[in-house]
Amino acid sequence: MLTVIGVGNPWRRDDAAGLAVARRLRGTLPGATVLEREGEPAGLIDAWDGADRLWLVDAVSSEAAPGTVHRIDIASEELPADLFQASTHHLGLAEAVELARALGRLPAHAVFYGIEGESFDAGEGLSEDVEQAVETVAQAIGEEVERCTSAS
Amino acid sequence: MAERRTIKTDYLARVEGEGGMTVKIENGRVADVKLRIYEPPRFFEAFLRGRAFTEAPDITARICGICPVAYQMSSVRAMERICGVEVDGQLRALRRLLYCGEWIESHALHVFMLHAPDFLGYDSAVHMARDHPELVGKALELKKTGNEVMTVVGGREVHPINVRVGGWYRVPRGRELAPLVGKLERAREIALEAVRVTSGFDFPDYACDYELVALDEPGEYPIDRGRIVSNRGLDIDVSEYDDHFVEEHVAWSNALHSRLRDRGSYLCGPLARFALFSGRLSPLAREAADEAGLSPEERNPFRSIVVRSVELVYAADEALRLIAEYEEPDVPAVDVAPRAGIGYGCTEAPRGILYHRYELDEEGTILDAKIVPPTSQNQRTIEEDLRGVVERSLDVPDGQLAHLCEQAIRNYDPCISCATHFLDLQVERC
Repeated sequence: MLTVIGVGNPWRRDDAAGLAVARRLRGTLPGATVLEREGEPAGLIDAWDGADRLWLVDAVSSEAAPGTVHRIDIASEELPADLFQASTHHLGLAEAVELARALGRLPAHAVFYGIEGESFDAGEGLSEDVEQAVETVAQAIGEEVERCTSAS
Repeated sequence: MAERRTIKTDYLARVEGEGGMTVKIENGRVADVKLRIYEPPRFFEAFLRGRAFTEAPDITARICGICPVAYQMSSVRAMERICGVEVDGQLRALRRLLYCGEWIESHALHVFMLHAPDFLGYDSAVHMARDHPELVGKALELKKTGNEVMTVVGGREVHPINVRVGGWYRVPRGRELAPLVGKLERAREIALEAVRVTSGFDFPDYACDYELVALDEPGEYPIDRGRIVSNRGLDIDVSEYDDHFVEEHVAWSNALHSRLRDRGSYLCGPLARFALFSGRLSPLAREAADEAGLSPEERNPFRSIVVRSVELVYAADEALRLIAEYEEPDVPAVDVAPRAGIGYGCTEAPRGILYHRYELDEEGTILDAKIVPPTSQNQRTIEEDLRGVVERSLDVPDGQLAHLCEQAIRNYDPCISCATHFLDLQVERC
């Protein structure tokens, strides 16, 4: 099973980048399940349970230029928590991934796409650079998924 | 020469929200203790002014992603009281069921992911999961069951959307509740295991003679209604809250400090509920508490993790009882016509009593709102515990002492985001 999950908060500007990628991909990838999630860790781990391959997309905030795309092979390396806005409120995406790894519940093939956000203020609508990055990431994931489905 | 030590943590980990703490020790005595809550105020009470009384449950639910049901329940209770309506029978039973879902979600998160790492010697749940994957896996399963109760009854797993003044927008069909039974039975098994595991932890030797405050509804373990009582004779209707409790601003916290007038600090939450009303737990939860060596005299706050686990057993048990006795109500809500007045609501959030007071005009527009979350109420007690814990551990090295202090704060499962509050802003002009 191939699973693509876009993570984000729709009411926090560029934080919705992951959701926007999922929306672009929905209905275009016959071989994959495309999901949108707000990022609650237990729910996320459930969402990718049973997937052979996982693509995870979220906005990041690491002081790179807005719209920068980070691609990390999370099956082989740790997802750094400092990519994300510091939050002591709850466990974040990095913790969800590491928790899943510790529990043996991270798919054997798992890729993280991070889109550097510009604004995480309250409100809707993505910044221009982020909007473009969403297209880039959607296309990249689309191609990766296609390679998997045509190979099988 | 005076010996001075400062034990300081700038960012408390594994609590909801943003806070820190400072303990100053001078010449072998604790000179100063501060739980610093610097998360910015939230202004929810001001947002509520001018809104319709029917909007309060949905607006206040947004105060917290961990205990939204508590906010919804205290607000609807207050509004119904103003309007002269009592929601009873199955409509009320469903509220209690939703509340059980929240207790399961919240307690599972705190017991396993936030507090257990302290006792097992890990920095985080992720580190703990590497050595105890089975335990953490069960915690996630438990939390998921809580989420599912919230989804079926509340319409959504976080910030439920189905609660309204007078009842519900839609009541679940019996067949929608049925699939929860197996999951809750499994949750109850995991909770029993949590009691066994946590009761085997090593607990710091500390106890305090607290005034314990909880709700008292005859024959029921406190959740969704009742008078406000304490182990020192407090016994008041919710409408008398402001006569007996006061809130004060202290410079180092964006959350107001509560105290009992002329008496001082008090404790609310699992330890208080258990001490006052353990006899009203379900037989299975009582048995688990007995086996864990808990008695109503328990006053060691570090053992609150065991009490929380017992409450997990109870919440699963109570949810099963409510589902077994469920009969679909004829109407999802009773009619509530607005009227002018002041109303009060108080329910047991996972962390303790949550008090709401509203004033409405005759059209049901909110003129004034006051919300006192449990973390505000426990703040003074947390600081007193810190003082007491440090006084007994003066020979412990600084790093270890800081850790012990953080663990003591986590005994209260503080929700700092809930507690931050509107402050009196004073502007001085020259």
